[in-house]
Amino acid sequence: MKRLLVYLALCLPVSAHAALNVFACEPEWAALAKEIGGDDVKIYSATTAFQDPHRIEARPSLIAQMRRAALVVCTGAELETGWLPVLLRDAGNAAVQPGRPGYFEATRFVPLLEKPARLDRAEGDVHAAGNPHIHTDPRNIARVGAALGARLAEIDPAHAADYRARGEAFAARWQTAIARWETRAAPLRNQPVAVQHKSFSYLLAWLGLREVATLEPKPGVEPSVGHLARVATQLQTTPAKMVLRAAYQSPRPADWLSQRTGMPAVALPYTVGGNDQANDLFGLFDDTLDRLLKAVP
Amino acid sequence: MLRPAILATALAAAFPVSADADLDALRAELKEMKSTYEARIQALEARLQQADAAPVPIAAQADASPQQGTAAGNRFNPDISLILQGKYAHLDDIEHRHISGFLPAGHDHGAPRGFSLDHTELVMSASVDPYFRGYFNLALLDEEVAIEEAWFQTTALGHGVSLKGGRFLSGLGYQNQQHPHAWDFADNALMYRALFGEAYGNDGVQLKWVAPADLFMEFGVEAGRGANFPGTDRNRNGAGSYALFGHLGGDVGASHSWRAGVSYLHAKANERDGDVDDLNDVEAETLFSGKSKTWMADFVWKWAPNGNASERNFKFATEYFRRSERGSLLCVDNTADGGACDGTEDATRSRQSGFYAQGVYQFMPRWRTGYRYDRLNPGSVDFGANNAFLPVSEHKPARHSLMLDYSPSEFSRLRLQYSQDKSMEDLRENQWFVQYIHSLGSHGAHSF
Repeated sequence: MKRLLVYLALCLPVSAHAALNVFACEPEWAALAKEIGGDDVKIYSATTAFQDPHRIEARPSLIAQMRRAALVVCTGAELETGWLPVLLRDAGNAAVQPGRPGYFEATRFVPLLEKPARLDRAEGDVHAAGNPHIHTDPRNIARVGAALGARLAEIDPAHAADYRARGEAFAARWQTAIARWETRAAPLRNQPVAVQHKSFSYLLAWLGLREVATLEPKPGVEPSVGHLARVATQLQTTPAKMVLRAAYQSPRPADWLSQRTGMPAVALPYTVGGNDQANDLFGLFDDTLDRLLKAVP
Repeated sequence: MLRPAILATALAAAFPVSADADLDALRAELKEMKSTYEARIQALEARLQQADAAPVPIAAQADASPQQGTAAGNRFNPDISLILQGKYAHLDDIEHRHISGFLPAGHDHGAPRGFSLDHTELVMSASVDPYFRGYFNLALLDEEVAIEEAWFQTTALGHGVSLKGGRFLSGLGYQNQQHPHAWDFADNALMYRALFGEAYGNDGVQLKWVAPADLFMEFGVEAGRGANFPGTDRNRNGAGSYALFGHLGGDVGASHSWRAGVSYLHAKANERDGDVDDLNDVEAETLFSGKSKTWMADFVWKWAPNGNASERNFKFATEYFRRSERGSLLCVDNTADGGACDGTEDATRSRQSGFYAQGVYQFMPRWRTGYRYDRLNPGSVDFGANNAFLPVSEHKPARHSLMLDYSPSEFSRLRLQYSQDKSMEDLRENQWFVQYIHSLGSHGAHSF
């Protein structure tokens, strides 16, 4: 009996510490945390690839998950400004408040593009810190991955060695994959494209694609028919090879423009889970390149 | 571009006494390097011009140090926003607006006829320090400045616990914590008008706990001054009112989410003032002293295809209340004006209820339409000896409202609303509202 009690006492703290609860604001960070955290973390993704990360309801289920999180991994740069502050406020979880180790913002570890020159709502839904859709460039995933691995080790020192090992293994595989993608993407260099929302700026910069038109008149403002007609006219003088949209965006504007101009409308998965092929980070970029290369003969 | 020069300087420093031949060879090599560099620079410039409209290549940014980013919501310290609201109301000319069978609840901002400005709200919030955050909401109208909310809340207690103190809107029910700009209709639900005037605010403390479970479970208790209707200021130590509330919530699949709750409010009143028309149809002043107990139940359900609310979404909300009051009522002597009341004070008790149910559907981006049904039950009201002077209504106030709103962006909204209002006995009023709501400044995050 005594032996059993000692055994239990030895076991309990370990089992209570079994998995670290990670609350990921977007699926790409959930996937990255999975790569680095493995079985040592239990991940909840607050959004799916079919949801617009700018516009999420601060649902009760999200508050419940935030309450138990040991680490919150979000994009930052005001992407989640419409809902994350409510979750942080209502969940009563001190460990994940901004400034604490449990709060991780990916955009802090990456140089941001498209910092607005003018901060005025007349420019639409501008993000003062820059474009927050950083994960569409795999080199940014590597940067964030390194920082996330260090953060996991800091929060959960008992598994620090595991996080380091997994992080290094992932970084190595990822670098190989980046080299592979860059070779494959050579024909895409300098190709002109139109985008629905500025969701792919980092992807385009990485691959050297040129963005010649945006369907949204201003960031976050739904394209109107009048504006689309103007874009169509503009594309007659500066033609694009394709029009890109994210899986979560309405297909209508891109399809309408595609019919008018004859260029293909390409729905990119945008993030992990955006289609059947993009089931992890590697699949996301494999599939993104497949689709881009298909549209550029 | 600097490199050849640096190289030359470095080399010159390294070989101060070299032979002339060596120097000439070096010069030739440098010249060649310079010309190749210039050619490469020209090629680069050409490419840059070509890529004119293209985004900045990441290489140019790679040297930039990573963001010394600011945490979400802390861009401005404090976050400041200003809410502009106004409306045009087409209403009948009714001298003394009230809800039949219900004592008037505090000061009620009925809309004036024609064009008018609603309260302009000034909101500020920020973290105080690592332990607290603060929030301030000021409602401004001509000759009237009301501190709607001014509170601190703990952020560092952990374990799901947070403590709020100051003046705040109570966590009762569902709509209670929403300011008018967040309402889905141009006017308040009849139920809230009858219960609290606008919403129940209190000066006091609130302790809230969120349970560590997959199902959202939140429990709260509040104690406060209780100066607002249905209570009154009583010039006493201790708490004048307390409230309890609990909420459950969760998701059903990716497309549905819900929240349900039960709340209870206990308030004490001392000579609570209320103007009613007595049986002689003369305005009479009543003073109620006693206890008021309110039970509320609320349920909200939201739907969006795959949880993506930006295209289409639907929201259903309903709340129900039961209120019982017990105490004494004095009807101030108004016989001089031809009134019926003679200053009698006697025991009184009432038990009243009501509900509203509303659905709001966003059928395409920017456009929403909604319907709301309000209904109240005057229940049983016993004024004791004052039954001889004061009317007891059997009329069940009801109202149908239809609205259509258009939001060019998430910061602006225009709304058209039609209501058929039967909240007053023997009156059926058609009401039209055109309303605008604009928010300036920091992005206000809204609760579920």
